Amino acid sequence: MVTIFYITIVLIALGMIFAIIRFIKGPTAGDRTVALDTMTTLMVALLVLLSAVFDRIIYVDVALIYGVLGFIGVIVVARYLEGAL
Amino acid sequence: MTIYQTIGGILILIGAVFLFLGGLGIYRMPDIYNRLQAGTKATTLGAMSLILGVGVVKMEDDWTWMVKMAIIVIFIAFSNPISSHALARAMYHRKKYPYIKDNKEGMDAYRKVMEKEEERKKKK
Amino acid sequence: MEYLLFTIGFLLLVLIGAALYAVYQKDLLYAVIATGVISLALTGLFLVLQAPDVALTEAAIGVALTTIIFIITIRNTVRFEDEKDKKMKH
Repeated sequence: MVTIFYITIVLIALGMIFAIIRFIKGPTAGDRTVALDTMTTLMVALLVLLSAVFDRIIYVDVALIYGVLGFIGVIVVARYLEGAL
Repeated sequence: MTIYQTIGGILILIGAVFLFLGGLGIYRMPDIYNRLQAGTKATTLGAMSLILGVGVVKMEDDWTWMVKMAIIVIFIAFSNPISSHALARAMYHRKKYPYIKDNKEGMDAYRKVMEKEEERKKKK
Repeated sequence: MEYLLFTIGFLLLVLIGAALYAVYQKDLLYAVIATGVISLALTGLFLVLQAPDVALTEAAIGVALTTIIFIITIRNTVRFEDEKDKKMKH
């Protein structure tokens, strides 16, 4: 199980590095917001995996709150870009 | 390894590969609509698979893990399309046109789009 | 347990990089989006360092409330620090 956790954490970190490169390079504000959205989903998966590593069920609540509230920031930025806020 | 750990490990690895592909797609794709496609759909599938895999691994000792994992999967399935749709709508209203390849088919599609745009301007 | 050390180091690098980006960026909207990345890395870091209550608060406050307040502030004031930066707006 430890090997699987190791491989998964490295793969998620690689995906997050690519999202950060897009965040720095991205020509418009939309590209940066897409990078933030992707990193939110990756971080929810990473939080669930870490709670499985520590083997405490109370840690899952952090991932739950993050999954519920994480999209609000993206929606607010999108409404601002649309000009409708 | 028990049967729970085998099935859960396979699900976790599938999810990790899809999450990595989502991150790679957001770096490689040419314009913002393709980036939304890669960055939202692939990561949604990857996160769902990984979370259910963790639930299956932990279900052997304690079945309450699976309930919480199901709740997280339901919330991800609700919240990810909402944010992606809001972002695509904002970019469409800001007149960001899709990326068009520089060959004959691409130029034909570009001409068609520009003709439609001129017709819309004339109507106004 | 060395993958936990790897996670801590990676999240710290993300945190410091995003903070430097937010400080030196001229466009304030990009700085606000970088603030979201800071709060994301900080949530993971608090969870790895075994403080789930602090991570819960950070996830609730830092992701939703801070972004909303800053975006409303930008809408009511200006988006760019200097006037000459306005022509690179997209």
